[in-house]
Amino acid sequence: MTDASAGNASQNAATARREDAARTGPMLAADGRPLKASLNRALRRQKMRALLLIAPLLIFILVTFVAPIIDMLFRSVENQIVSETLPRTVVALDDWDAQDLPSEDVYAALAYDFNEAAERRRHTRLGSRLNYETTGLSSTFRRSGRGIEDVGETYAEQFIDLDEAWEEPETWTALMAHPDWLSAQAEWAAEAEAAGRDFDEPEPAFRLAPGIADVLPETADAYRSFARTIQQEDEDSPTEEEPWNTVYLALYRDLAAQPASAVAAYFGPIAAELAAADAAVDGFETVSLREVFGEMDDAWAEMPMWETIDAFSDPYTAGYFLAAIDLQLTPDGIEAQPEDQRIYILLFQRTIFMSLVITISCVLLGYPIAYLLSNLPARTSNLLLILVLLPFWTSLLVRTSAWKVLLQQEGVINDILVWVGFIADDARLQLINNQTGTIIAMTHILLPFMILPLFSVMKTIPPYYVRAAKSLGATNWTAFWRVYFPQSIPGIGAGCILVFILSIGYYITPELVGGRTGTFISNRIAFHISESLNWGLAAALGSILLALVLVLYWIYDRMVGIDNVKLG
Amino acid sequence: MGLTSNAQDAFVTFDRVQKSYDGETLVVKDLNLQIGKGEFLTMLGPSGSGKTTCLMMLAGFETATHGEITLDGRPINNIPPHKRGIGMVFQNYALFPHMTVAENLSFPLEVRKIGKSDREAKIKRALDMVQMGSFAGRRPSQLSGGQQQRIALARALVFEPELVLMDEPLGALDKQLRETLQFEITNLAHELGITVVYVTHDQTEALTMSDRVAVFDDGRIQQLDAPDTLYEEPKNSFVAQFIGENNTLTGVVSKMKGATCEVRLDDGEIIDAVPVNVSQVGERTQVSIRPERVEYNPERLTEGAHTIHAEVLEFIYMGDIYRTRLRVAGHDTFVMKTRNAPDQRRLTPGEKIEIGWRPQDCRALDA
Repeated sequence: MTDASAGNASQNAATARREDAARTGPMLAADGRPLKASLNRALRRQKMRALLLIAPLLIFILVTFVAPIIDMLFRSVENQIVSETLPRTVVALDDWDAQDLPSEDVYAALAYDFNEAAERRRHTRLGSRLNYETTGLSSTFRRSGRGIEDVGETYAEQFIDLDEAWEEPETWTALMAHPDWLSAQAEWAAEAEAAGRDFDEPEPAFRLAPGIADVLPETADAYRSFARTIQQEDEDSPTEEEPWNTVYLALYRDLAAQPASAVAAYFGPIAAELAAADAAVDGFETVSLREVFGEMDDAWAEMPMWETIDAFSDPYTAGYFLAAIDLQLTPDGIEAQPEDQRIYILLFQRTIFMSLVITISCVLLGYPIAYLLSNLPARTSNLLLILVLLPFWTSLLVRTSAWKVLLQQEGVINDILVWVGFIADDARLQLINNQTGTIIAMTHILLPFMILPLFSVMKTIPPYYVRAAKSLGATNWTAFWRVYFPQSIPGIGAGCILVFILSIGYYITPELVGGRTGTFISNRIAFHISESLNWGLAAALGSILLALVLVLYWIYDRMVGIDNVKLG
Repeated sequence: MGLTSNAQDAFVTFDRVQKSYDGETLVVKDLNLQIGKGEFLTMLGPSGSGKTTCLMMLAGFETATHGEITLDGRPINNIPPHKRGIGMVFQNYALFPHMTVAENLSFPLEVRKIGKSDREAKIKRALDMVQMGSFAGRRPSQLSGGQQQRIALARALVFEPELVLMDEPLGALDKQLRETLQFEITNLAHELGITVVYVTHDQTEALTMSDRVAVFDDGRIQQLDAPDTLYEEPKNSFVAQFIGENNTLTGVVSKMKGATCEVRLDDGEIIDAVPVNVSQVGERTQVSIRPERVEYNPERLTEGAHTIHAEVLEFIYMGDIYRTRLRVAGHDTFVMKTRNAPDQRRLTPGEKIEIGWRPQDCRALDA
């Protein structure tokens, strides 16, 4: 390179520097695109690669873990069963004042709803759902499922007495069914006949005749409910079945409610029979639906049933959450549960208290061990670490059962204490099937989760800090307390979070050794999941537990700082 | 160096101290050392030579297996470290990470139960001493390595100990910072009149900072002398090799002539040398010559001294000096350093020259 060109080059470099400094806009890459965009493009490939690598696990977690949890949490507020099973009743109850039993209209709506629910065998499910809120409703619903067939029978008989045609399915289909559906249904029936037994083509879904819903709104609704139900549930054809008694009830209510002119304006099929019936209904013998239901089961004629249905008629409810904190939803608002039914607050308190005791015992027992481990030569400490890990390789069930053997009143520990003479033979200690048992067994089981983070943090505290402290004049204790201990706090924090969160949700051990007083909230959750089948309440309890853990985590973060947590 | 090292007025003494960790080998073998008050003594040696162990015994973190260590006349073998009142600076600074700079400095004062106002005055003075007055509120992690070491130094001095131990305090710093701090530490030590025992494996550091240097090897002090004596007059071949750059030729003593002797090198050439630890004709010896004492310019060679043949293998221009690698008496690693002066000729590889040195610069040491 000649001197001239060298000078030129350095001059160019200087100009470029000046330009860089003068430009205020975004930094540009060599090709003139913004540097950020170029960088992003360069990194995108890497990011995609990383995403691909984690994709299988991510999908697995989402499908098998996150989605079920979200679904489960959703159940804690979900309450569609009432409005889905009793849609008409829920609507009819909208303007109920909750002072007195509801009107006949509500009972009629209940009759239509319940009839369909009973035919579809959904009433018992709703019964057990409402039974969580008001005890006894489950049996009411079960019993009413059998009685519902007879509701409206009085009217059915009177209509048939009036005109035998009302007994014929054809009369009803002619009145109610859309002509298109009738021909489709006939076609289907013919095909079914021709094909014989193996025919599995679905029936065409029932459709109402145009305009009929204007003339006979309740009847049309009740008949459609009947037609669809027998099509779907029994695979029978509405053309061959006599309608339910509640359809006659609906017809009576429609005709009784309609002015004569409305029926007179109807010119569709069966107009003549309808006009005759309309003329006759005023002389029909009537029954009180409230009494009919009351005879079926007393609960229908009492307030709690209606209050419960009304309170839980919304598709979403806070009821499970309220129940989870010993409150209940009543028409007068939120109230405390009766004293003898309050258990969840107590259980939460007990769970938190015992988890705290377990965590503290783990710190007290684990800290010296971890300190020793981290200050021993590597060979010895590895050996001892294996001993710490040994419980991990033994089944949880085996360990817990071992504690049962050790702790029971005729067990090893009591035997030794009696033998040594610390306690009298008739005053053996109750060490199991209570809180003591749970705390002892869980401290033992969770101890490694405390020791490992403590150990890994202590391992990174160099010995020269304590030496420095001593050389500065600190006694052994001061050097430990003011220099070593503060540096081990991240390990204590990590261990405590780990042990506390694990223990707050622990299930097996409290179940096995906790007895009546040493069980946790998780045992109650399990009970609701697998025995009482009140999944909503279980989900609410679980959500509260999850929220509790998150709150504690947040408090910890504010106090200690989550950056201070070290697991290794 | 005017300090006389007799056991009576010594501040620190090691008296026949031995140390073994495993009961089989001695890490420190029969150590005798007197350190005067106000003296800056450096323990220099390769790793594993026992120098750090000696320092730890003095600090109280290791106990001597045998022998006695006294501090200001008191035996301290059974005094725990926190009662010895010795300041210490560690290689990794060992500043407490969870405390601020001021809290770090306050720590030794608090454990001595010094009142708050007194503490603050002392902390301020100590920080000013190391020019870190404005950093009191920082955490150690917010400081650079050099700053941390200054704080560590201030912390070791803040409780006014008479003896300060430094264990390779500058080992983790870069060269330039190291030189600045070397200078600051020695100045501070002399200003405050404290006694410093300094451990390092960096011989430049040892030579520039110390009043005396103890060269350790194999658990023994090989030589204990002022830096210039150590460099100019190494007492054995280990010290000669370890301190500074050194050329070694091997041969047999062929003639003793009182203050000098003649050595017949392995290829038959004869050179003059000062017998240091050889005493009779026929003994094998390693002859040591510093590269900067080798001359090839005939005008500068001493009258009557032996010269030997050399072949230039490599010539390196290093700015202030030229470094020439020669083949001498069969050795390919013989180095000659010459000052870059106007009258100095640049040699070319392959050139055959005659080299020589003053007989007193050539020391016949143990083989």
